[in-house]
Amino acid sequence: MSDHQSTYNPQTGFEKWLDARLPIIRLGYDSFVGFPTPKNLNYWYTFGGILAVCLATQILTGVVLAMHYTATVDQAFASVERIMRDVPYGWLLRYIHAVGASMFFLAVYVHMFRGLYYGSYKEPREVLWILGCVIFLLMMATAFLGYMLPWGQMSLHGANVIVGLFGAIPIVGDALKTWLLGGPAIGNQTLQRFFSLHYLLPFMIAGVVILHIWALHVPGNNNPTGVEVKDVKKDTVPFHPYYTVKDGFAIVVFLIIFAAFVFYAPNVLGHADNYIEANPLVTPAHIVPEWYLLPFYAILRAITFDLGPIDAKLLGVIAMFGSIAVLFFLPWLDTSKVKSLRYRPVARQFFFGFVACTLILGWCGASNPDDPLPFMKLGQDRLVVDYVDTNGQPASSLYSEYEEAEAFIGGLPADANASIGIRKGAAIRFIHLAQLMTLYYFAYFLFILPWLGLSERPAREPDSIHKAVLKPADGAKSMPAAVAAE
Amino acid sequence: MTFTRLLSVAAISLGLVASAHAAGGSEKHPHPPEGGWTFEGPLGEFDQGALQRGYQVYTTVCASCHSMKLLSYRNLGEKGGPFYSPDYPANQNPLVKAIAAENEILGGLDDFGDPLYRAATPADRFKSPYPNDVAARAANGGALPPDFSALVKARPGGASYIYSLLSGYPDDPEYDGIFEFPGTFEAAADGHGDGEHGDEAHADGDKHELHGKLEQPLGQYYNPYMPGDVTPQWQGDPRHVPPGGFLAMPPVLIEGIVDYMDGTPATVDQMAADVATFLAWASEPKQGNRKSAGLKVIAFLTVFAVLLWLSYHQIWRNVEH
Repeated sequence: MSDHQSTYNPQTGFEKWLDARLPIIRLGYDSFVGFPTPKNLNYWYTFGGILAVCLATQILTGVVLAMHYTATVDQAFASVERIMRDVPYGWLLRYIHAVGASMFFLAVYVHMFRGLYYGSYKEPREVLWILGCVIFLLMMATAFLGYMLPWGQMSLHGANVIVGLFGAIPIVGDALKTWLLGGPAIGNQTLQRFFSLHYLLPFMIAGVVILHIWALHVPGNNNPTGVEVKDVKKDTVPFHPYYTVKDGFAIVVFLIIFAAFVFYAPNVLGHADNYIEANPLVTPAHIVPEWYLLPFYAILRAITFDLGPIDAKLLGVIAMFGSIAVLFFLPWLDTSKVKSLRYRPVARQFFFGFVACTLILGWCGASNPDDPLPFMKLGQDRLVVDYVDTNGQPASSLYSEYEEAEAFIGGLPADANASIGIRKGAAIRFIHLAQLMTLYYFAYFLFILPWLGLSERPAREPDSIHKAVLKPADGAKSMPAAVAAE
Repeated sequence: MTFTRLLSVAAISLGLVASAHAAGGSEKHPHPPEGGWTFEGPLGEFDQGALQRGYQVYTTVCASCHSMKLLSYRNLGEKGGPFYSPDYPANQNPLVKAIAAENEILGGLDDFGDPLYRAATPADRFKSPYPNDVAARAANGGALPPDFSALVKARPGGASYIYSLLSGYPDDPEYDGIFEFPGTFEAAADGHGDGEHGDEAHADGDKHELHGKLEQPLGQYYNPYMPGDVTPQWQGDPRHVPPGGFLAMPPVLIEGIVDYMDGTPATVDQMAADVATFLAWASEPKQGNRKSAGLKVIAFLTVFAVLLWLSYHQIWRNVEH
């Protein structure tokens, strides 16, 4: 709370001396010990602490890994393997760092969905939310740069695809691409600059995290009711020990899941192709990004049509970056005065639809866009025979049985140049699902949230946090059944 | 409870991700040998006998083409390795020293600046069969035999893929460069029958028997587990193509080609399983340490979590929330 009085009381002589000169202990105390925190925060609110642990883990393991890593195209792959084979506990450091990236994103997605659900981006927390979006963007950049470093097949060809996106920008695209790569193609200079930036960005993240916490501590925490703190005494508890112990418990449970991956399935979240040393002359059959970028990859690939002067490739790039950019404007796109979706029964259904939408987009991103969806094959594949008819004109005919097609070819003269191919049957394919989900993704932010805020009649919010947590709750009748069950 | 819901959401999303990675590919799905692998699962360990036999298969058969550049001879004598002995540190192990000494390697320069050849020591890397990739390609019809150091990590399906590939070549006594479907070669036609369009066939709920002829290109060998596409070589319905692809490696494991020191009969299946075990170890020699450390870490974290949960309830006992 901005208006909350400092409760720090220096005891020792040294503390008093320091407090008069640099009140850093006071700052720490007021931020992480005495800070008044709403007493009704649930476990979804522990992911902020979990993310702090993730960032610290990545930086610590990353700094040590950098002591052993060699950023040259000839040695990068072998140096990563050497870390895992010959550096004492190198395998542990490297697996924590690789799995840690996935865990970081898992936690950040839960954290963001929590913010969406409880309206944590609304006044007076717009800047807090925007700083969070900046962190998310930096995280994606850092993860992408880091994925290049092991110099495996996916590192190289994935980077090629992503940097190629910048080439779609009109006029400056090619120059920008060359500037990013440090040359006409990915080479040693690219690996070195990616390594340099991969080391730099986490510290920028750490800087923005400090701003993020600062912006959190000015208005104070949001909470599951979305009702602001009215009475510090009744509505809040000090951060320590109440939330240090609750966050601590959640962090350790999270670490158990983390450890299960590190020790028993360290490579399951990665791609086997990245254990093949990068070779520009051999392209992997399927280039896919890491799982946490798949929904955005699906949006990129969903755009297969031109729109006016904008071609499909550029439009895909715009859609992909737009899907992140739209998050920055969320505080003003959601027009509702009510923060928590607990009291917005209609908006809540659309929110769960949005969560499903992002998961399905991830599924589409991992699949071949042209494959039919399960159980969605509507027609049989047929055989098409292309040949040159007696007038010398190209002709074709369709068959559903191979024997018939074969017999037809057998009856043709030798100079007919017959060839047999497949005409795919009608089906609903992953590309269609991805397009539908992309539409929902944007509609959710650009139409549904602005419109619902004006048209929906929300349920009655509790008068205060204090009243909301009393059992039986005063507002129990006005609360939807799902909330009462919590 | 909120927390269990939270965990289930996490589990479901991770499950979705894991299954997403399984998509794609037209080859047959690799399978482990009968009885499975001893080294899989959180408590799995390598069978040292299988590792030693696998190493023997590697040196007798594979090492003439395939390098293992990331391994040193000392790795063989380290804990969890094929020739580990608790009596010696890895680089003092007499067996490892003897194995290393059989190889003559380029060991830097002598006092006159001329190349110095010497017997390898446990500290040296495995000797490669070819001086460089160009030489390796030249000797193998243009194909580069992949390095084996990280092979099991680098292939979807891991050790099961290596085993399935090596034991999965069509065994056709009438072989004349053309495989006929169905009939002479049942191994590729049975099982999943995933052709190029296998996924779609599954969606229809029908299963087509393959009819046609598959012609091997010169110097290429058909294998149903090899990723690839055999459509150009297939005379038959292009909608139902045999699974797999062609590779430049002939079926090198021939019954009895290795004379196992421990007397195990060297069947193709046995050799394929043994060498896949050895390669699984070589891809990550420290995996035994990893699993045993994991048990301790997770046990510690679990106890810690229980203590924190109790503390949480103690601290919050008088606060309505």
